[in-house]
Amino acid sequence: MRSATKLALLLGWLGYAVLPWYFVEGMSLTRLDWAAGYPLGKAGSALALGLSGQAPWLLPIGAALAAITAFVASRDAARTATVLIWAGALGLALLFAQGFAIALENQGIPWLAALLGSTGATQRGMGGGAFVTVVALLLLLCHGLAYRGICRGDLFTTCSIGIVILLIGLFIFFPVSTILRSALVDQSGAFAPSAFFARFFDSSIWGLGCLSANVNCGVAWNTLVLAVLCGVITTLLGLACALLILRTGMPGKRVMRALTVLPIITPPFVIGLALILLFGRAGVISTFLYEWFGIARSRWLYGLPGVLLAQVLAFAPIAFLVLIGVVQGISPSLEEASQTLGAKRWQTFRTVTWPLLKPGIANAFLLGFVESMADFGNPLVLGGNFEVLSTKIFFAVVGAAYNQGQAAVLAIILLAFTLGAFWVQQRWLGGKSYTTVTGKGDSGLPTPLPRRITWLATTAIVPWVALTFVIYLVILVGGFVKSMGRNHTPTLEHYATGFAIDFSNGIYFQGSAWNSFFTTIKVAAISAPLTAVIGLLTAYLLTRQKFGGRGMLEFATMLSFAIPGTVLGVAYILAFNVPPIEITGTGLILIIAFVFRNMPVGVRSGIAGLSQIDKSLDEASTTLRARSFTTLWRVVLPLLRPALVSALVYSFVRSMTAVSAVIFLVSAEYNLATAYIVGRVEAGEFGLAIAYSSVLIVFMAFGIGLIQLGVGERKLGRRKVAALNSSVSDPITQGAAS
Amino acid sequence: MTKAGPASVEFRNVSMRYGSVTAVDNVSFTVEAGKLVTLLGPSGCGKTTTLRMIAGLEIASDGQILIGGQDVTRLSAADRDVSMVFQSYALFPHMSVLENAAYGPTVKGLGKEKSREMALDKLALVGLKGFENRYPSELSGGQQQRVAVARALVLEPQVLLFDEPLSNLDAKLRRRVREEIRELQQDLNLTVAYVTHDQEEALAVSDKIIVMSNAKIAQQGAPRALYEEPANAFVADFIGDANLIDVTVTAVVDGRADVAIGPASVSLPARGLGPGPAKVAIRPESLLLSGQVGQSSLPGTISKCAYLGNHLDIMVETPVGELFVIQYGHHAMLEPGTPVSLSFAGSGVTLIPPA
Repeated sequence: MRSATKLALLLGWLGYAVLPWYFVEGMSLTRLDWAAGYPLGKAGSALALGLSGQAPWLLPIGAALAAITAFVASRDAARTATVLIWAGALGLALLFAQGFAIALENQGIPWLAALLGSTGATQRGMGGGAFVTVVALLLLLCHGLAYRGICRGDLFTTCSIGIVILLIGLFIFFPVSTILRSALVDQSGAFAPSAFFARFFDSSIWGLGCLSANVNCGVAWNTLVLAVLCGVITTLLGLACALLILRTGMPGKRVMRALTVLPIITPPFVIGLALILLFGRAGVISTFLYEWFGIARSRWLYGLPGVLLAQVLAFAPIAFLVLIGVVQGISPSLEEASQTLGAKRWQTFRTVTWPLLKPGIANAFLLGFVESMADFGNPLVLGGNFEVLSTKIFFAVVGAAYNQGQAAVLAIILLAFTLGAFWVQQRWLGGKSYTTVTGKGDSGLPTPLPRRITWLATTAIVPWVALTFVIYLVILVGGFVKSMGRNHTPTLEHYATGFAIDFSNGIYFQGSAWNSFFTTIKVAAISAPLTAVIGLLTAYLLTRQKFGGRGMLEFATMLSFAIPGTVLGVAYILAFNVPPIEITGTGLILIIAFVFRNMPVGVRSGIAGLSQIDKSLDEASTTLRARSFTTLWRVVLPLLRPALVSALVYSFVRSMTAVSAVIFLVSAEYNLATAYIVGRVEAGEFGLAIAYSSVLIVFMAFGIGLIQLGVGERKLGRRKVAALNSSVSDPITQGAAS
Repeated sequence: MTKAGPASVEFRNVSMRYGSVTAVDNVSFTVEAGKLVTLLGPSGCGKTTTLRMIAGLEIASDGQILIGGQDVTRLSAADRDVSMVFQSYALFPHMSVLENAAYGPTVKGLGKEKSREMALDKLALVGLKGFENRYPSELSGGQQQRVAVARALVLEPQVLLFDEPLSNLDAKLRRRVREEIRELQQDLNLTVAYVTHDQEEALAVSDKIIVMSNAKIAQQGAPRALYEEPANAFVADFIGDANLIDVTVTAVVDGRADVAIGPASVSLPARGLGPGPAKVAIRPESLLLSGQVGQSSLPGTISKCAYLGNHLDIMVETPVGELFVIQYGHHAMLEPGTPVSLSFAGSGVTLIPPA
């Protein structure tokens, strides 16, 4: 047995015999009353609880550890491997079986509980001890597999694969499958497929009443219509902008590039908030129109038009970012070839440029479509009576009529839509992109745009850019006036309410926003490195290691890209509200939600970064006797540093701007900035909300600027190597909306 | 420091399959200790896969691989005493030349000073003294190649592998570097397996050449044997140029065969063939142009003639098809349409079993 295996075993005993098995609330290092009765009691270890007869079903897990311990000194490698594999696998199976079988009263799986030796007993959610034991058993199992020669006997590889699979299974597949289960049971928890069908085909979801009578259409149709409109408009705007910038002498290239950073650092609902301050009944522009032209104030903003406007403003830069890459990718020599063959400008555009653009356009459309589907903040702020799936899910969970089953069904529909779009993107577009960028230098000048296209594009772009500009002006100024639209007296009142610091008695953070602000930074700062590590490790396994089931893992990770935040939030609430994993209301669930919500960002930047590192470098390292971990640490990671940094930054920023997933998970104790702002908007305190938003935006812009300065370019030797720009921008273009 | 010395490499019925594609099909060969063996073949023939199986970068689907008599079939690359020089050199771009060369001993845990010493030693050997603190991107292609060789040599592996090491160098440099590699191999008494698709390079450096085609070994043997006695049409055509002609063996007496090449008739070593249809491979320089028509000569007409400095490339239309002829030395150009007679030199004309 190698020393690493012995260490894993030691870890297992630590978790099993020493640490508190169950989740203990109010754990602290200064006051120890939570540990009363140790090793029994609330904070008891599994060994003590098992031996004392309080939880005899925990004993077989210890038996698995004991079986492995018996082979510590064994020289028979083959037998040790067998014992490790069996004991590890059985231990894990028993651990999860008892966790799911024996839960709260009337929950769990009674027949399995009886089999495990419990008679109507209950237990609380698993805690630190259980977690450490799970990890240790998994490591032992993976070591056993490595001893058998799986993955060329590399401990690090097998263990990484095991851990990634466990984490994805536990925090993505388990919650999502819980949704499915919740959809199939009625309010009392009994299996009722008829209830599922009743909910699924409910007219509030699929109704088409708005076509004939004056009632609302179903949310599914609302969502679809909104998403299609949003996809079309953002794509057209993005395309117009990309063409203008690359194909005409239009100035402002840098400004447009800067514009693309905005959606990353802007919490999605802030645009909606600014729109209210501009066009709402008491908005600046509404008031102006009323006072000068007598145009009546109306509520047109609250509904489809407002939500659509907000989403277009929020997501068009993303479409632009995608399309500018596509337009740049069209080799000018193709168009020149067309011209030398006698085609006019317009003919060239129609026969060469446009067909080459098409796959990119479809991609941008799908992105806008999915972003709109997943958007939660804007419909919440601006929706009024216009309900979409994400807001309806929210109200089904937190509203007066708490309806878990309905939320689950709605989540399934939303998930089906986004997965469908994702599937189309992967399957249909996957093989259809015409990459025209070759490694060879391509001299040649891009054809100027035909004049009519230039005019069309300009008329679309100018109002958009102007409106965006005005909106950010409102966001930055809004916090400094008494009440935007009504009373424009300059004041610091809103900032004082939110961010006052009392220095009279030492430093006391008095403002009402500080609590959520600090929580947000803390949670984001803890989850960002975890996201980066798990994401990059997964990317490394997917691109650099060969193992059975790699296709499955790849599929699972891809799938997690497409899960909207609202769905993940609901899934977490449903799955982690009861034992065996009972962590709702804690800071831990926020961290876990962020890690798995942002994992796609880490995986994508990891894959983008790794694809630029020649595989033969890994092989060279291996033939020089380095093991996987050494190779990863000494060769891959140093070269991957830009990707690592971008993963860190973007998962941090996304954590700070996310709303949809976490709005279900925040609690009074652990509130987050975005959830707090949404609360202020709903309470009508726009001043404080906008002030807080601008603080967030400035904070993140500052942070990103600092990082880009610090790690803008990777230098290898004296000659510059193309920096990983693509990986820096990639997560934004590809990650689904928060 | 224990030095294992060069070790032999043996393949026993080794196959490599990726799904339904067979990259290497039931291959057996031996690389003797201290010898340089070349794996030669067109792209996609399985030579690089074979090399990577020696390294342990690919694990064989079937068969046995032995290094120094020990079965290493299932050992990973990190557990084999084998180093490799990659086609792309695979120098770590974030490490200096010295750090690159010292990588092996460093990750082996030999300590900083010791690693540095070993690296400097081998860098001096390849003539890169004074370049220690440069980065790979600051070196020329030839220098990068030397760093790659030094890095592979530092651990004094039992077997050293080269994967098309010269393909990124220009033609002049290629000749010099291949001579250096050969010298190094002989001076240090290394076992080397060397992959190339350039037959001239293979002939120049090898003790033994293994010609591969379609995942199988087409022929293995000393360079001279391969050139002079190709076992089949593929080898005859791949190593050097050859005119392949369908012929008839009329009679075999005492190991000599009477062969009818069109109207001409020649006597060749039978190589185990009996009377009947066969093929003959004729090197272009073994076809001699002459004026007279004899019993053992082939009539023809010049169809093309190109001047290439030290020789002429000539195409001659004959009753057995168009033949490629090389005339060395300074001859006058030949006008197309000129009637000629082709006779056969004493060597470079070989019978080959029909495919």
